[in-house]
Amino acid sequence: MLRLEKRPTPSRAWAWGTPFLAVLLTMIAGGALFAALGKDPVAVVRTIFWDPLFGEFAFYLRGQLLVKAGPLTLIAVGLALGFRAGIWNIGAEGQYIIGAIVGASVGLAVYPTESRLVFPLMILAGGFGGWLWAMIPAILKTRFNTNEILVSLMLVYVAETILSKAATGFLRNPEGAGFPGSRNFSSYPAARNPELIAGTGMHWGVVAAFVVVIAAYVLLQRHLLGFQIRLAGQAPRAARFAGVSPNRLVIFCLGASGALAGFAGLFEVTGPAGQISIDFNSGYGFTAIIVAFLGRLNPVGILLAALLMALTYVGGEMAATNLGLPSAAIRVFQGMLLFFLLAVDLLSNYRVRLAGFGREAR
Amino acid sequence: MTQGVSGEVLLDVEGIGKSYPGVRANDDVSFAIGAGEVHALLGENGAGKSTLVKMIYGLVRPDEGRMILRGAPYAPAEPRAARAAGVAMVFQHFSLFEALNVAENVALGMDDPPPMRDLAGRIREVSEGYGLPLDPARLVGDLSAGERQRVEIVRCLLQDPKLLIMDEPTSVLTPQEVDILFATLRQLAAEGTSILYISHKLEEIRTLCDAATILRRGKVVGTCVPREVSARAMAEMMVGASLSAPARATGELGPVALTVERLSAASPSAFGTSLKEVSFEVRQGEVLGIGGVAGNGQDELLAALSGEARTGREVVRVHGKGIGHLGPNERRQAGLCTAPEERLGHAAAPDMNLVENALLSGSVRKGLVRRGFVDWTGTRAFAEAVVRTFDVRTPGTGTAARALSGGNLQKFVLGREILQEPEIIVVNQPTWGVDAAAAAFIRQALLDRAAKGAAVVVISQDIDEIMEIADRFAALNEGRLSEPVPVAGLTLERIGLMLGGSHGMHRAEAQAGEIRHAEA
Repeated sequence: MLRLEKRPTPSRAWAWGTPFLAVLLTMIAGGALFAALGKDPVAVVRTIFWDPLFGEFAFYLRGQLLVKAGPLTLIAVGLALGFRAGIWNIGAEGQYIIGAIVGASVGLAVYPTESRLVFPLMILAGGFGGWLWAMIPAILKTRFNTNEILVSLMLVYVAETILSKAATGFLRNPEGAGFPGSRNFSSYPAARNPELIAGTGMHWGVVAAFVVVIAAYVLLQRHLLGFQIRLAGQAPRAARFAGVSPNRLVIFCLGASGALAGFAGLFEVTGPAGQISIDFNSGYGFTAIIVAFLGRLNPVGILLAALLMALTYVGGEMAATNLGLPSAAIRVFQGMLLFFLLAVDLLSNYRVRLAGFGREAR
Repeated sequence: MTQGVSGEVLLDVEGIGKSYPGVRANDDVSFAIGAGEVHALLGENGAGKSTLVKMIYGLVRPDEGRMILRGAPYAPAEPRAARAAGVAMVFQHFSLFEALNVAENVALGMDDPPPMRDLAGRIREVSEGYGLPLDPARLVGDLSAGERQRVEIVRCLLQDPKLLIMDEPTSVLTPQEVDILFATLRQLAAEGTSILYISHKLEEIRTLCDAATILRRGKVVGTCVPREVSARAMAEMMVGASLSAPARATGELGPVALTVERLSAASPSAFGTSLKEVSFEVRQGEVLGIGGVAGNGQDELLAALSGEARTGREVVRVHGKGIGHLGPNERRQAGLCTAPEERLGHAAAPDMNLVENALLSGSVRKGLVRRGFVDWTGTRAFAEAVVRTFDVRTPGTGTAARALSGGNLQKFVLGREILQEPEIIVVNQPTWGVDAAAAAFIRQALLDRAAKGAAVVVISQDIDEIMEIADRFAALNEGRLSEPVPVAGLTLERIGLMLGGSHGMHRAEAQAGEIRHAEA
């Protein structure tokens, strides 16, 4: 019989060890899943985890890692601030979309003006759009005590509807022969988010992600606000005793995560995606939730987790095309990663013991 | 070996031992309880009393040793087995559902509850038979702490136990309620039920118990017949050192430091108590003791003083300046520090280490934050000063608050507030669940603070504590505060009446309130 015993102090070693254990368990369980689908599990796992880094097409795929990890990091760091404070923004996808639309609208409104100010203005507008969309659940929560999980999630579907209207209606390319989608920013130099170093996938969004990781790390470790965020998440009553205003924290955390998601959307639409289209968003806002937890809500951990997640995306696509795996199987695989992470998470707070012997089993 | 009234041994514990990671909780513990005997288990916090009774009640399994109950080997695998063998336990923290009525709560705790109507009849019968009247149909949320304890006791008695374990039963009772409880326990003992009684309160043990086993650091360090030794002798056996009573300098009182005027506040929780026109003043150098049974508005009063709950500006005044509209940190800036009752989760964050917990309330007065950035070096130094000055036993300041024992964490929390040198300090239950030595230390620290000119407000359910350190006493009852009276010359009986709600001038009003309450 296995028995759980609470540790007096959370184990630091396990806090860092569990993500690796979770990845390992995912490989094993995922391998079993792929084997059940009639594929060679070793080949699939190698295609997902090894080929994008060191395989035949690695020169191209490595760049794709940063392209995907950038927005994931940007969004996940914002979400992690809220999650640490016990404020659950599930609607980053919506904030990401609205940020992209607002930012792109600014660029398209001044088209074809060539000025150095266009792109910075668009970035600000993108952040503002995401912030504004996140303020809806924030204000509803502070004023009427609504549940931010439900409100932010439902607003994703509103944002998706607005996106389809934008792509087919008010932002449609007037010279696009009636096809859905806005003008392509790659042919509008002042508003373009180019690849900064050829072949690396590095664009302004990735730079922003690195900056945000550092800023968030400093905020959480050194700043009073970061301390208040952690305190509010761990012990809400103690936070009120320490003089933390719950409402201000809700506004800050939702606002910050919304703005960061908005930035991510703007960088995506002006860079890798190139235009506002019906489905440019590709679900980063939801995947970022997994990334935030996989990275233990720690900014540096999130950066690593985003790279890992990007790997499963890039490798998963490879596996889907080269080995004929259904794309749903890849998503199950990613789901397993979160599942195992949460499952083994308790090892940092509990130790497993064999009942009756009193000896440590693990 | 102690012998019961009838000379027959009910439970024999032989060489019991239990280890937890890093702690030897019990080491070769042996004692015996006679049938019909009231046996006290005495010891400081962390002496191993809880572990021992948990093993007897089947919650924890011993690593070594054996127990013999009524001549047969006894090794309960779970509480259900213990109950089947005739062992029942009343816990210090009640496990009752406030939204259910008495009978429903009793049924939930039984292994095999009878139909509800029969049960209600049995509850009435048993509770009245033992002088603990209870109405089975009342909601537990509406009961006082003493009545809630009756629910727990009646639940045990319905199962006709041979051994009743009581963990700190009087910590929530008024003196009158204690008398009723003791009468019940004596009646039970006379009928042949043995009682294992855990308490810190030595005078109680002297009046009630036939025998006592004293634990220190997991070992039995002595046994005695409590009636025949002094409370002081027992305390010294428990602590393993000699104790000194808190010393206080009787200095001149300064001007009024804290004024609360007609404070009324609704409780945020459905089963809380609203404060009704609470008024008092505390002078510099004075200790005001606010007594009262738990749940009469203590938490609400502390929240209104700490700034967690805000009031009208002039309702709370520090040195004559209205601060009722300010939040906790602005009040700390103004010189008012508070320490809530609940250590884990309110006064301290359980999973944060002591350095972070030092920052929690110390940031303003100790200047630990500069331009929004935390001075961790300074904070660590502050935490270390608290640990050193208040003798907090911990491996270091990097330890999580939840890993500290209750008494040590309490010393840390109190130390954190006192070392900020507040001009006014308000503490709620400063020594609750704290061992005798730590309690004496904390009381002395509060008196020292008062001697340096601070106004001190001690909210406590421990009347002895208030008598020991307070200059004036006021009782909190159903959210109303009595007129503070000097402690000198106050009798226990008078205090009991004040706690029960008859405060002279407030009497008629209080009764009117009760009538309204009954209608609602």
